[in-house]
Amino acid sequence: MNDINTLTRTWSGTHGDEPWGKLDLRLTDTCLRDGSHHKRHQFTAQEVHDIVEALDDSGVPIIEVTHGDGLGGSSFNYGFSRTPEQELIRIAAETAKRAKIAFLMLPGVGTKDDIRAAQDNGGQLCRIATHCTEADTSIQHFGLARELGLETVGFLMMSHTQPPEVLAKQARIMVDAGCQCVYVVDSAGALIMEQTADRVSALVAEIGDVADVGFHGHENLGLGVANTIIAARAGATQIDGSVRRFGAGAGNTPLEAFIGVCDKLGWTTGVDFLQIVDASEDVIKPAMPEECQLDRMTLMMGYAGVYSSFLKHAGNAADRYGVSGAKILLEAGRRKLIGGQEDQLIDIALMLKAEADKEAANS
Amino acid sequence: MKRTAAIVGPGNIGTDLMYKLLRSEVIEPRWMIGVDPSSEGLKLASDQGLVASHEGVDWLLKQDELPDLIFEATSAYVHREYAPRYEEAGIRAVDLTPAAVGPAVIPPVNGEEHVGAMNVNMITCGGQATIPMVAAVSRAATVSYAEIVASVSSRSAGPGTRANIDEFTRTTAAGVETIGGAERGKAIIILNPAEPPMIMRDTIFCAVPPDADRDAIIASIVAMEKAVQEYVPGYRLLQEPQIDEPSSATLGQTKISIFVEVEGAGDYLPPYSGNLDIMTAAATQVGEHIARSLA
Repeated sequence: MNDINTLTRTWSGTHGDEPWGKLDLRLTDTCLRDGSHHKRHQFTAQEVHDIVEALDDSGVPIIEVTHGDGLGGSSFNYGFSRTPEQELIRIAAETAKRAKIAFLMLPGVGTKDDIRAAQDNGGQLCRIATHCTEADTSIQHFGLARELGLETVGFLMMSHTQPPEVLAKQARIMVDAGCQCVYVVDSAGALIMEQTADRVSALVAEIGDVADVGFHGHENLGLGVANTIIAARAGATQIDGSVRRFGAGAGNTPLEAFIGVCDKLGWTTGVDFLQIVDASEDVIKPAMPEECQLDRMTLMMGYAGVYSSFLKHAGNAADRYGVSGAKILLEAGRRKLIGGQEDQLIDIALMLKAEADKEAANS
Repeated sequence: MKRTAAIVGPGNIGTDLMYKLLRSEVIEPRWMIGVDPSSEGLKLASDQGLVASHEGVDWLLKQDELPDLIFEATSAYVHREYAPRYEEAGIRAVDLTPAAVGPAVIPPVNGEEHVGAMNVNMITCGGQATIPMVAAVSRAATVSYAEIVASVSSRSAGPGTRANIDEFTRTTAAGVETIGGAERGKAIIILNPAEPPMIMRDTIFCAVPPDADRDAIIASIVAMEKAVQEYVPGYRLLQEPQIDEPSSATLGQTKISIFVEVEGAGDYLPPYSGNLDIMTAAATQVGEHIARSLA
């Protein structure tokens, strides 16, 4: 019988002689992108420099840096960046000695011009995210990214909302457009173990001969590490996490914890566990406004299947209009809102306020 | 006497537009032009008494009688190719693609400004739904920055929009500036696959000076809602416009937030496709202005 922890690499076509070709898993830290939500997009140049330096020293092979909502995300709807993201990408690229700098873009928010600028600033890996049924909106961007010689990753966001076979077809659209690795993205932190494995397996079966499969987890039901382990067993070879969970909602899969697990299971990642744990305490923690918490609001997101970056916006709307933030999130789930529709949270808050005012008038 | 029109592109938009033009008092839709003989739109046009041809624009331009107006509902690529030939033939073009060959038109803002132009462009569905509100705020205050978020049902976003989503954001943002009057514009589009399909929703954020006249801004927004309702009855403010005091989160400006819903008339497209309905309704308005100017 095969040991369940014996990983098989299905494809490593684009990575040639890169060191990671000999590793079992290739890790991407996303705290400087997904963590941008938790930080309300207020990263300073110094923080980005220090975090990139620490992650790079630890051996993290890819570091993602962008506004939380991707290139062009700085806005009323998602929050304005304190430091322009292109400047942060440039600083990250100048700081990293070994790591590649990745950036995220969402078709409909950013444009091809933003991709070109990110490459000019030193970004090497272009990650393009769509809602998991809308992959065909990314075709022109994958085309451009490959033309520019960028490595490409596709993100199927809110993967919990669709069955494995639908995700596999969407992954195929991205791969046909030039995507080299498609991620199952659990944006709401709502996937539960086998649901993760089934989705990853379906993608491996569909695209595994020509592209990698990845997994990006959130902690809203406390399953980030568990989901990531089972994703790797199912054939995901590229893995996202954020040190100290520094990400949207209850945060991402804690990268340092996952690296410890990999050491124990004999999976090679190229990252030094003790060094990344030190980086977590000494460098990442001081840059966090607070720890990412598993609390009423973030649990609600995993429970109702709500996009993790709605957290701060729902909190703002709740404070502004004196209504329950948890109720805003539940209604967002009921309305089947998807990533990007932060504006609708204000509409929900106003609706809840009108209901409360009406009740008060009647009593 | 009614002015004659040809619709080029018998897809969802072209077909919906046909039903609107059939009700027009100044335009007679006489031709529907496509390239696929099995097109449902050509069949429906034929049923309504239009001359339906699948032999394309080349066929149309060879006829003895030419239309006064052409409504282009194909793609930006096709329209860029044919626009010079329409002009050569002296036919006025109302362009529903994002080709942007001619000046952009939003009926309640600059609907009659370009009646003399040989080619006018309808920008994008998101632009038609949001730029009126940016203009409404601009009438009452200086708008240093405006941002629009258009959420449409996945089902009502056709292959053209999907393949060229950058054109949507770029063209809409440009319209927010040139017609909306914002010093800087930004556009975001979201395709939501929820079932049953969601009705189009748009949010418009404007940054205005802290001392701007808030009552005047609100009055202008409410007046604009009425003006758009004249051609899109299902266009409505979902909430009272919201005003946020200046802070670091609002660029130090007062933030005006406007929430609208666009429910379509359901002529051919289902009512949730307000995004497509507002395009065909606006194109009808603009076409009628041009037809009257030809009289």
